[in-house]
Amino acid sequence: MNEAASENPAPQGALPGERALVVRNLHKRFASGLEALRDINLDVGYGEIFALLGPNGAGKTTLISIICGLVNPGPGRILANGYDVVRQFRQARASIGLVPQELATDAFVSVWSTVSFSRGLFGKPKNPAYVEKVLRDLSLWDKRDNELRTLSGGMKRRVMIAKALVHEPDILFLDEPTAGVDVELRREMWALVRQLRDQGVTIILTTHYIEEAEDMADRIGVINHGELVLVEETRTLMDKLGRRELRLHLHQPLNAVPAALERFPLTLEGNGHELVYTYDTQQADGDIPELLRRLDEQGIEFRDLHSSQSSLEEIFVNLVKKRT
Amino acid sequence: MNFYAIGAIYRAEMARTGRTLLQSVASPVISTALYFVVFGAVIGQRMESIAGVDYGAFIIPGLAMMTLLTQSLTNAAFGIYMPRFLGTIYEVLAAPVSSLEIVIGYVGAAATKTVILGLLIMITARFFVDYQIDHPFWMMGFLILTAVAFSLFGFIIGIWAEGFEQLQLIPLLIVMPLAFLGGSFYSIKMLPEFWQTVTLFNPVVYLISGFRWSFYSTADVPVGLSLAMTAGFLVLCLLVVSWIFRSGYRLKS
Repeated sequence: MNEAASENPAPQGALPGERALVVRNLHKRFASGLEALRDINLDVGYGEIFALLGPNGAGKTTLISIICGLVNPGPGRILANGYDVVRQFRQARASIGLVPQELATDAFVSVWSTVSFSRGLFGKPKNPAYVEKVLRDLSLWDKRDNELRTLSGGMKRRVMIAKALVHEPDILFLDEPTAGVDVELRREMWALVRQLRDQGVTIILTTHYIEEAEDMADRIGVINHGELVLVEETRTLMDKLGRRELRLHLHQPLNAVPAALERFPLTLEGNGHELVYTYDTQQADGDIPELLRRLDEQGIEFRDLHSSQSSLEEIFVNLVKKRT
Repeated sequence: MNFYAIGAIYRAEMARTGRTLLQSVASPVISTALYFVVFGAVIGQRMESIAGVDYGAFIIPGLAMMTLLTQSLTNAAFGIYMPRFLGTIYEVLAAPVSSLEIVIGYVGAAATKTVILGLLIMITARFFVDYQIDHPFWMMGFLILTAVAFSLFGFIIGIWAEGFEQLQLIPLLIVMPLAFLGGSFYSIKMLPEFWQTVTLFNPVVYLISGFRWSFYSTADVPVGLSLAMTAGFLVLCLLVVSWIFRSGYRLKS
C-alpha cells in the first residue's frame, strides 16, 4: 500500500524516523511557472530498492535533484537518513550518493584522483584502501591511472558510480543508471545494485526500462505530470494489474467461440486461427485444465499454445493513460 | 567546517594548474618579462625617471599588477566555469559543503596561484631591471589582498558567464584597458588635470599606486586610500558571492 498517501500530513517531529527517505507534501514550481512536482509523499525504508518510473518530463529527475541539493526545494519536507535536507544538509548529504543521468566527468584527471576527490568533498578523510576497494568492485582498478577522457562511456558511468559510493553513503540515487548502456554493462549494473543492497545500501533509481524496475525493485513508484500516482510493491502491482493470457493456435479456424465454452472469457483473433484466454493472475490457474478438457470434448485441436503475463510496461501505459 | 572538502577542492584546483603550467604560469611570466625587456631595459634607458625612480623600475609594480589582475580573473573564472560547463558541478552542489567552503576552496586556490605568479614575475624582472622593495610586508599584503579580491571577482564572472566568450569579456575588454590606463606605465600626475580627475574613477589606479608605494615609497594616491579601496572591492565581491549562493543564481533552479 501507499503508506504515505494514506497518512495525514504528519506534524513536524512526528515523522517516521526509521526510514531512509521521507518526503512530505513536496511541491516544486520552476521560475518558468512549470509545476514540476505536486504534493509528493513518499517513504522508502532502509535496504530497499525503490524504482521511480515515469515518462520523460514527469518529474523524476526534479525529485531526485531536490533531495540531493541540486535544485532548490519548494514547500514541503524531506528527511534523508533522518536528517532534514535543508536544515541538516551536512548530515543528510553525507548520507547520500548521487549518480546523475548525464555523463559528466573531468577530462584530464585520473580515475584515482577524481574518485579520491569525491571522498574528500563529502567530508571523509583519505582512505586509499577503501578507494581501492570501490575501484576493484567496479572493475576500474586497472584503469586507475587513466585520464577520464580516455575511457569509454560505460567506463565513465562506472567512474561516476565509484564517485557516488566512495564516501560510504547509506542511500544511493541512480538517475537512469542504464540509459545508453550496452546489455552486458546493464547486467553488471543490476548485479552491482543487488550487491549494494546486500551491503545495506538503500537504492532509489529512476528508469525508463520497465523490465529493469520489474526485475530489481522491491517497490515501484509511478510519477506522471509531477504527481506520484501510485506506490506499490512490485509483486503486488504485477498481481493487481497484471493479466495473464493463454493463446492457442488452432488447426482449424473458428467462426465464433463455441457455446459450450461461453463461461470462459475467450476471444478469437487472427481470422479465427487464435483463441485467446485472458485471466487475472490472482484468479486460480485451475481453470486452464478445465478449458483444455472442454476444447478436447469439442474436438478443437491446437498446434501450439503460448502463455504470457502482461509486463509492467503495459500496466504503466494503462496507468498513465487513465490519469491523463 | 568540512575541511576535507576545502582541501579536496583546493588540491584539485592546484593540480589543474600543475597540468597547465605552460598556459597558466609560463605564458604570463614570459609575456610580462617581454614588457620588462622592451619598456624597462631598452626604452627605459632613454626615459626620464619618475619621482626619482628609474623608468624601467617604475613600471615593474604596475606591469606585475596588470598581469596579476587579468590572470587571477581568468584563473578563478575558469576554475568554477569548467565544472558548470562539463556538468561536474553537480557533485559540489550535492556535497555536504557550505557556500563558504566552496569559495574558500576555489578562490583560495586561484589566489594562491596569483601570488605565486606575482612572485615569479618579480623574480624574473630582477634579471632585466634593478629595483628595490622598501616595504616587503606591505608588498605581500597588497599582493595577497589583490589576489583574493580579483579571484573572487573571477569566481563571480565564472558563475555569471554562459559561454567562453563571456568568460574572456571582462578580463580582456574591461580590466586590461583599466590596467593600461591605471598608471601601469606612467604616474597619473603626468596627466592633464582633467584626465587626472577622470582617472580617479578607475579603481585599478588605487591598486597600482598602493603596490608601487610598497616598492618605492612613492604613490599617486594616499596608501591608506589604496588599501581601503582594495579591501572595499573585496568586500563588495564577497557580498555578491554570498547573494549568488543564497539565491542559487546560475547554480540551482
